[in-house]
Order: sequence, then structure tokens, then C-alpha cells
Amino acid sequence: MNRSTIDLWVGVFVAAGLAALLFLALKVGNLASFSTSQAYQVYAKFANIGGLKVRAPIKSAGVVVGRVADIRFDNESYEAIVAMNLDAAYQFPRDTTAKILTSGLLGEQYVGLEAGGDGVMLKSGDRLRLTQSAVVLENLISQFLFSKAAEGKDAPKDAAK
Amino acid sequence: MILGNLVAALRARLEALGGTVTSAVWRLGFAARFLAYLVMHSGTAFRRFRLTTAEIYFAGVLSLIIILVSGLFVGMVLALQGYTTLQRYGAAESLGVLVALSLVRELGPVVAGLLFASRAGSAITAEIGLMKTTEQLSAMEMMAVDPIARVVAPRFWGGVISMPLLAALFSAMGVFGGYLIGVQLIGVDAGAFWSQMQAAVDLREDILNGVIKSVVFGIAVTWISVFEGYDAPPTAEGVSRATTRTVVTSSLAILALDFILTALMFTGGNGK
Repeated sequence: MNRSTIDLWVGVFVAAGLAALLFLALKVGNLASFSTSQAYQVYAKFANIGGLKVRAPIKSAGVVVGRVADIRFDNESYEAIVAMNLDAAYQFPRDTTAKILTSGLLGEQYVGLEAGGDGVMLKSGDRLRLTQSAVVLENLISQFLFSKAAEGKDAPKDAAK
Repeated sequence: MILGNLVAALRARLEALGGTVTSAVWRLGFAARFLAYLVMHSGTAFRRFRLTTAEIYFAGVLSLIIILVSGLFVGMVLALQGYTTLQRYGAAESLGVLVALSLVRELGPVVAGLLFASRAGSAITAEIGLMKTTEQLSAMEMMAVDPIARVVAPRFWGGVISMPLLAALFSAMGVFGGYLIGVQLIGVDAGAFWSQMQAAVDLREDILNGVIKSVVFGIAVTWISVFEGYDAPPTAEGVSRATTRTVVTSSLAILALDFILTALMFTGGNGK
């Protein structure tokens, strides 16, 4: 095997290896899908975020418009503060509502935005005033059971009357 | 009398235990000094880069076939196995996530590392061991050529450069194999396959950590290989033992390091 053949093959090998890395970064990973450089950050307070994670999608009308940047706990109001990076291409009114929703029955949780009617748009650093917390299954079930129990108490009274 | 025998036997056992531990620690220290000396005398390997190029050819290019074929088949098997489990929960679209995450985080670096240890590591040990046995290394020293700088360092750097590239090729090939089986054969939606994969695989968290793993495995395997070769007793039996030990020690080192790295990378912080 002469030198130039070895050099050629090593060149091919290194190029293929770097191409594989690039493939992993671009096609498998999310390098190109959403750049945070042209994004603006807004905040929202939630009484309960359920299982929301950092990097969870933010959707409006089902379209991904941003990602959750940070989740903190507010020591004063005892609420969760969620920082959201929104793509600068999408502008929302100032009275937009943020809800924590679940995709499907067992799916991941995401933040859903519903645009309001205000003429002034959100800008970086603003806070969303209208929020709706995640649905906690235990609370839902206990509410359901309580209402069932209340119905059961009322029913005989009605019959007696 | 009986008590005296008992004490003597106990003493012999303890001495044997102490001797084993001392020689193991001494060998570890010798290996560490060997690595330090090797890194400090790597100038030749980079100034005359052609020496290292030849070793990249030997360790990397010649390992390509086994790495690519194994990667393809591992990806295809992952897709088949993953599909049967996922479709039971109606989550067959997540097949791309399963294949990509298991390859990029774990299987790529680990399986490529194991293959690299048995394909290239054993050959490096045998080569250096045989050079020592046939007194080529001593002959170099006689000619005032440092055998570590001339023979060992290019092999070390060749392996360290090759290993991450091989692991990346393994992962990429595995994802392609998963795509072949999942999308082309079984019929999972191609859009869901790629988009869910892209949504779940993070560049820094998953891909970069996988690359870091492969670099660490590359250093560990090549270090063990060159050290075992250099330290091999200069006999036919010694070289064969050293070659076996390279494969066994490297494989165990890869698995142990993988556990430590995974624990550090993916469960650190607040349990995310």
C-alpha cells in the first residue's frame, strides 16, 4: 500500500466521520429546527405546572411557536414562574392566555397560547397575566367524587318532598 | 504447634493478598506514568503526522466495514424490537426517538468501543508486543530513537482520533438502519419518524455527551492497548496473554466508564 492511497483512505474516513457527526447534529438532533437567536422571552406565573419540563414546546393553534426556557419557583407568591422563548416571527397580543395542556391522554405537557384582542403586542420581558394551571388528575377525581357524594345526599331529600 | 502452623498459613495468605494489591497498584502507577510520558513525548507523532496517518488508516479505515455493518444491523434490530413494544401502546411514531436516543446516548459509543477494542486494540497490543519480543524496540533505543515517541505515540493518537469518528459513523448508520426497517419496511410515517426524533434529541444533552463518551472510550481503549503491548513479557505466551488482557480489560473499562459517565451526564442536576 503506497502512501498516497493511505492518505486518500484516511481522508475519506475522516470526512465520512465528520459527515456522520453533521448528520447526527442536523438530521437527528434539533440544531436547525429552532434557533433561539431571533427569539423574545416572556414570563407567566402558574399555580401548578404539573409535569412541564424545560424545553417543552409552546404551541398556539397547534403550531410550535417557542420552547420553555426556564422554570423557577417564586418565593413570594408561591407560584411557578415559567420563562418562555417565543420565535420572533410570531407576535402575540398583550392579553394572550397561557394554559398548560397535555398532548393526548399520556403525552407530554406543553404550554398552549390563546391570542387575545389587545392591540399592543407582547415584547421581551413581559409577563402573561392570564394563565391556567395544569390539570392534576387527583384533584379532578376528588372533585368528581365530592360532587357525586353531594348528589347522593340531595336525591333522597328530593324524593321525600 | 498447631497454632504456630495456623499463624504461618494465615501470614502466607495475607502476604499473598498484600502482594497482589501492591503489584496491582504499582502496575496502575506504571500505566499512569507511561501515559504521562507518552503524552509529553507526542511531538514526533504530530510533527511527522504521516506516522499517525498510517495508524489512523490501520485503526480507523480498516475497522470501517465491521463498524458500518454492525451499526446497520443494530439499528435494524432496534427498530424491529422497538416497534413490537411501541405499537402495543399505540406509540409506533416514537420509533425514531427510541432508535436515535439509544444509539446516540449508549449503543453508538459503547458497541463501537467494544468492536474497536477487539478489532484494533488487540492488533495494537500484538504489534507492539511482538516488536518488543523481536527486540526492535531495544534496537531503536540503541540508535537513540525513543520507541515510545516513534512507535507508541502515533498508535495512541491514531486510535484516539479514530474512535469518535467510528462511533459517529456507527450511530449514523444505526439511525439509517432504523429508518430502513421502521419507515421503508414496517411503514411508520416518515414525517413523524424524523420530526419526533428531532424534537426529542438535543444537540448538547444527547449528541455532545455521546461524542464525549466516545472520546473517553477511545483514550481508555488505546491507552490499555499500547500499555499492555509495551508491558508484555517478551515471549510468545506473554504477547498472547497481553492481547487477551487488552480485550478483557478494555471491555470492562468501557462498561465501567459508561456507567460512571451516564450517571454524571444524564442523572445530574435535579433529576431531570
